[in-house]
Amino acid sequence: MSGHVFHPGHHELHGITVVVETSGDTTYVGRFDREDDEQAYLKDVGVHRAGSQSWEEYLDRTMLYGVKVDHRDLVVPRSEIVRIRKLTEVGN
Amino acid sequence: MYDPTLVQPMRDETVAMGLEELTTIAEVDAVLANHSGTALVLVNSVCGCAAGTARPALKHALSHGVTPDRVYSVFAGMDTEATQRARSYFGEDFQPSSPSMALLHDGGVVMMLHRHMIEGRSVEDISADLTAAFDKHCGTTV
Repeated sequence: MSGHVFHPGHHELHGITVVVETSGDTTYVGRFDREDDEQAYLKDVGVHRAGSQSWEEYLDRTMLYGVKVDHRDLVVPRSEIVRIRKLTEVGN
Repeated sequence: MYDPTLVQPMRDETVAMGLEELTTIAEVDAVLANHSGTALVLVNSVCGCAAGTARPALKHALSHGVTPDRVYSVFAGMDTEATQRARSYFGEDFQPSSPSMALLHDGGVVMMLHRHMIEGRSVEDISADLTAAFDKHCGTTV
């Protein structure tokens, strides 16, 4: 049973918690679901906006306590995405 | 909620590892309220992306010389009330994720392995995190 996946044929980042940097003042942290030509689809997403809590503080808290979910499902236009990295690569 | 017949092997896997499965609020309260000593709670999940390595990693870690006094599991997405109740013992700062594992000492969380610390990692790496926590928090003080 271990290693059994209910959703075969998925994107390499499917199910992985990622940091999505955008061209705006918003950074998303959430579980990557899938993408198509137009959009990336995320689940259980936290939102950080520049000008509020610093990104470093937000990241430290997220690594310690987990992702505080602002949106169960979120769609991000690919045109706004600058970079997608695994949370563990950003936070460590 | 998933088909219980699909989930049953994942429940059986944890029971075979020696975990006590908690399926109701009463069962959770019975073991976690006023708990002393060390306890690990696995928040089990059907997601193969992470739970598929979490369970074998925990199994591997439990073969380590130092382990928690008690090991429990609740099943997120299946036994919802029991899972919520178990999470209430973790404290409000910790955000829910599944699978995840909380190591408690005298009722307080001393280590939380969030989903993001499990997904995409090897069984050996996850197990190493667990055994390091066991060594730090579950060893006998003399």
